[in-house]
Amino acid sequence: MNEKVMMKGNEAIAEAAILAGCRHYFGYPITPQTEVAAYMAKKMPKIGGTFLQAESEIAAINMVYGVASTGKPAMTSSSSPGISLKCEGISYLAGADLPALIVNVQRGGPGLGGIQPSQSDYFLATRGPGHGDFHVFVFAPASVQEMADLTGRALHVAWKYRMPSMLLADGTMGQMMEPVVLPEAADAFGSDNPWAAVGTGMKRPHNVINSLYLAPEELERINFERFKRYELAEAEETLWEEYMMEDAEICVVSYGITARVSRNAIVEARSRGIKVGMIRPITLWPFPKAPLAAAAEKVKSFLCVELNMGQMIEDVELAIRCSRPVDLCCRVGGMIPAPDEVLAHIMKLAEGEKA
Amino acid sequence: MVVFEKPKALTDAVLSYCPGCTHGIVHRLVAEAIDELGIEGKTVGIAPVGCSVMAYNFFSCDMIEASHGRAPAVATGVKRALPDNIVFAYQGDGDLASIGLCETVSTAARGENITIIFINNAIYGMTGGQMAPTSLVGQVTQTSPYGRDPKTQGYPIRICELLATLDGPAYLERVTVNSVKNVKRAKKAIKKAFQNQIDGKGFSLVEVLSACPTNWGMTPQKALEWIDEAMIPQYPLGVYRDKEA
Amino acid sequence: MAGHEIIIAGFGGQGLLFAGKVLAYGGLIENREVSWLPSYGPEMRGGTANCNVILSDTPVGSPIVQHPDILIVMNTPSLDKYESTVAPGGKIFVDSALITRKVSREDVEVFYIPATQMASDMNASGLANMILLGAVLRETACISDETLVKSLHQVIPARKADLFELNMSCIRAGKEYK
Repeated sequence: MNEKVMMKGNEAIAEAAILAGCRHYFGYPITPQTEVAAYMAKKMPKIGGTFLQAESEIAAINMVYGVASTGKPAMTSSSSPGISLKCEGISYLAGADLPALIVNVQRGGPGLGGIQPSQSDYFLATRGPGHGDFHVFVFAPASVQEMADLTGRALHVAWKYRMPSMLLADGTMGQMMEPVVLPEAADAFGSDNPWAAVGTGMKRPHNVINSLYLAPEELERINFERFKRYELAEAEETLWEEYMMEDAEICVVSYGITARVSRNAIVEARSRGIKVGMIRPITLWPFPKAPLAAAAEKVKSFLCVELNMGQMIEDVELAIRCSRPVDLCCRVGGMIPAPDEVLAHIMKLAEGEKA
Repeated sequence: MVVFEKPKALTDAVLSYCPGCTHGIVHRLVAEAIDELGIEGKTVGIAPVGCSVMAYNFFSCDMIEASHGRAPAVATGVKRALPDNIVFAYQGDGDLASIGLCETVSTAARGENITIIFINNAIYGMTGGQMAPTSLVGQVTQTSPYGRDPKTQGYPIRICELLATLDGPAYLERVTVNSVKNVKRAKKAIKKAFQNQIDGKGFSLVEVLSACPTNWGMTPQKALEWIDEAMIPQYPLGVYRDKEA
Repeated sequence: MAGHEIIIAGFGGQGLLFAGKVLAYGGLIENREVSWLPSYGPEMRGGTANCNVILSDTPVGSPIVQHPDILIVMNTPSLDKYESTVAPGGKIFVDSALITRKVSREDVEVFYIPATQMASDMNASGLANMILLGAVLRETACISDETLVKSLHQVIPARKADLFELNMSCIRAGKEYK
């Protein structure tokens, strides 16, 4: 096992991607994810990889599309406004069934917004970022260790299912340093892809990487087939963590940085005798519907803590079929709730239940 | 006996182009170049959005369909992943000179070792004849029904001249295919653009002035003449960059 | 060993993040749970900046320090901003060369160190952060002396390795200042 080192979240993403076998990175400068590009710019030339600062976010995602067409792992990283620009390309990746890794270190929006942490791209990420019917894997790391671990996993499942993966972090996660044990180097994919455009070698009919299907019957069939794969992904790849849920009467639902804040609030609330726990989605797509539905059988209410005006809360309400009240504790625009704010919300719910 | 054969680098699919359209000629020239250089097995082509969107069905090599204007970025990704392969993009004027101009200029500036075949027919063909960035002043199109007016619609873009201001490109030439003589010159240019890539010389682009009789509202014969009369004066043929010359 | 929640605040360029790194790497060396969180963005270039460090024996929840038990301030706006957040019984380390006002709270311990002046006198301008860090180590022992040396070696970039001794001198000066 590798030894523990201190790393920034953004650097952990970059190193983990390299360790997972990714040798092609394309990006465009934007705060707060620049450390990913800076790390790649230093490292890739030394290991025979590609670091290319593209002319735009749009070009960067299309360069990723080019590499992905050859079956090799490729990635890009950006922050919210840049991800909007990449959405066209992500739709084409999905339409051509190409794997890729897109890192989104979120900042506040809409528009140019701000540069402080946010989770306001939840809808964008989980509803299929771009035009058309599709999904991407969405991973929400809540520590620098998870930044590293989930980067590798995001690449792995992207290739397994031939889908784009998005690592959905936020400015805090990207900028903070924590001890991390980096994963072992692997090169588990990218060598034998019969579908890839690498030259026919005059040994087979040509491969075509494409998302254009002018015959509606054919396009419908391809959509149906793709969603079969999505079903499999939902069954096999959903990740979440339960914290103090055994006897919980209030269930906090939170991911990323706000899950960290909520943890403090839960510890404090428990010390005051309140039975509160947390379900932390680690994949936002697929969303952990089953554990939430199961929790709804036991708890009295839910509390979503997120850095947006209430986005994941819709998925929670859907997962539990609105069978329990679901409250929202949120800050936006780059603000992050203090543990005390979350605690106050938990206390209010606990008192409401007594009344 | 000499038999006029279809190049091997073209598939058996029936071309989807209108009568009198010169895309077919250029497809053939590209395929002949690939055949003669013996590179089909290691060539990856990028198709654009526009009339040649289905080019992925027509070339026998591996093909990738790009989003509108992004073929040079996709080609860059492919070439970086497969530096020993031959990568070409085939793009029209809307794709290359309008929505994708940023990618065109940046890829040329990087001197990316790829080949671009640029079809300039001064119109958006697939969507039914709208004004292109290369439409001539006074040219009547669906979206310039009174003729392109420089006061409100600006002037046509000369891609070869524009790219020739950059240090990056290795080879830039403008040709046309409206006569046997010109087809032969076009063939030579296209083959050179591929040979350059094999030799590692860097970014090569061949602009082909092309006819669109359907959307120009002309007979095929008149369209070929219009290239001489109207297009070449605006877009002079010739070599705009040849790093070895 | 008790946990510590630390805020280091001042102007960009005063080495706030660096001082935080010395503590964070120290935590790592001592195999504790650690987080280090900088403020980021344009404010880093000359505006107010800060760094949050948590050293703990249990997994770190929020990396954002809400109630520091150690506050190091290197300009007046930072003292204004964070004074009220310090946990009762906490310790505030004030660079009194740059901050002329006194801490008004009475439920905290305050240490006034003219760090920027001392650094200047030692021909070590830019290392006031290390002088303050020395005082923090004396008063809290949040990382051990042995750890400090190791941590400093890790945190000082290779191209500035010759500055190790100067950094150590500043830390000692801070420790010895009464």
